[in-house]
Amino acid sequence: MSAEPSQSPWQAATITRIEKRTPRVTSFWFQPLRPFTHLAGQHVDVRLTAPDGYQARRSYSIASAPEAGGGIELAIERLDDGEVSPFFHDVAAVGDEIELRGPLGGHFIWEESDGGPIVLVGGGSGVVPLMAMVRHRTLRNKAVPVALVFSARIWDEVIFRDELIGLDDRLDGFNLVLTLTREPARRPSDYSRRVDARMMAQAVERLPKAPKLAYVCGSNAFVSAAADALIGAGVPAETIRTERYGV
Amino acid sequence: MVTRGFFSGRRPPSDTDARIPPGQYLEQGFPVLSAGPTPRVRTEDWSFTLKHGPKPIKKWNWAEFNALPQSKMTRDIHCVTAWTKFNTPWQGVMIDDIFADAGIEPPTAYTLALSFDGYSTNVPTKDLVTGKAMVALLYEGKPITPDHGGPARLLVPHLYFWKSAKWVNGLQFTERDEPGFWELRGYHMYGDPWREQRYSSDP
Ligand SMILES: Cc1cc2nc3c(=O)[nH]c(=O)nc-3n(C[C@H](O)[C@H](O)[C@H](O)COP(=O)(O)OP(=O)(O)OC[C@H]3O[C@@H](n4cnc5c(N)ncnc54)[C@H](O)[C@@H]3O)c2cc1C
Repeated sequence: MSAEPSQSPWQAATITRIEKRTPRVTSFWFQPLRPFTHLAGQHVDVRLTAPDGYQARRSYSIASAPEAGGGIELAIERLDDGEVSPFFHDVAAVGDEIELRGPLGGHFIWEESDGGPIVLVGGGSGVVPLMAMVRHRTLRNKAVPVALVFSARIWDEVIFRDELIGLDDRLDGFNLVLTLTREPARRPSDYSRRVDARMMAQAVERLPKAPKLAYVCGSNAFVSAAADALIGAGVPAETIRTERYGV
Repeated sequence: MVTRGFFSGRRPPSDTDARIPPGQYLEQGFPVLSAGPTPRVRTEDWSFTLKHGPKPIKKWNWAEFNALPQSKMTRDIHCVTAWTKFNTPWQGVMIDDIFADAGIEPPTAYTLALSFDGYSTNVPTKDLVTGKAMVALLYEGKPITPDHGGPARLLVPHLYFWKSAKWVNGLQFTERDEPGFWELRGYHMYGDPWREQRYSSDP
């Protein structure tokens, strides 16, 4: 592949590192042949090609901060009967080349210059683009107040758990609210139920003033419920941006 | 480039292969995509306005709009997030019949579809007429649910599905091809699935 701009938007990217995050989610770091700078919240499209030319493509959000360097991190959840995610979990290895294009998406993005406070609401792997926003905020060393409400089924499925709790402990304006839907809460400030308007109202109360923007990401059902909960907590619909991972 | 170790068994059967545009896969369900929360538009509050630039040409309320001639269209639809769904059955008012009821010939070559939530998307006028597109009111014979764009959504099935604006409340003729919501955010101005026009960088 050459670096001419008129070339295909697809390019090869080498897997440089693989790290299991939870029993079902693994992070993959990619070094694209032609490095690019993304914005927090953007995604890439990944394309797999079989020997007979058959191709499968999927979108994956970028988990790493724009300023992180060292390639882009994707965190992929394994769907057992899926086509692409089991390939990454079972077959992909460090050194493999995968085709991707990006960065993509111009709506579900947060830049430090967009300001805050911001509310982030993620369900399962829907936390991935929110993680890029949280990391971006941290690396820019800016005190934009953030409340992240992260819904997972159980404690061991809280992706980026140690990192998020470490950030929460800094008490620098980042607030982590975990809610476990199938286990009791582990921390005093956490919940053990599905997201609802009361939970959102309490998350918003942790911010010094009303949020300027809200970002919701996850499965379609989760995004619908969480966006309605935010509206129920008085967050204006026009300030809510959503990213739906499909079914 | 062949991907090491990728041998999926998901190839579409050869009799349907020709109906699936490049880079798409066949989906049985009906996934939902939108930029924000789902607006709940009550039919009492619903209206549809035809405009030339800022100037209104004609406005219909829900009852008036439902009294226009209705047609059925069963079509394959193609979402830019790579799923294709076969044989989706819609019923609604053809754009030709909306223009006829307003007593107009399209005054410009470009149109913006407008929605209750502030969303917009551009479609060349010629892609809306001659039986190509409708404002759909029913899906599978039932009112369209809010998450799928109800009470009414645009249906332009030969373009990627983001062009089929949900919660549509008007069409606006424009002098130039003006980008809408997603087109301003990196998506293609036209969006032909058969030419894989997903993003603005695609030819
Ligand atoms: C913008 C965006 C960002 C995303 N970011 C992430 C992310 O950061 N992390 C992440 O994990 N995911 C993300 N996703 C979701 C991701 O793109 C894939 O949808 C997901 O990995 C599933 O792909 P798959 O090929 O493994 O499963 P698929 O093969 O697509 O199947 C998905 C499910 O549908 C069913 N299914 C569909 N078709 C068939 C069929 N023909 N036969 C049998 N079953 C079928 C299966 O039951 C399966 O559980 C994102 C999606 C979008 C749109």
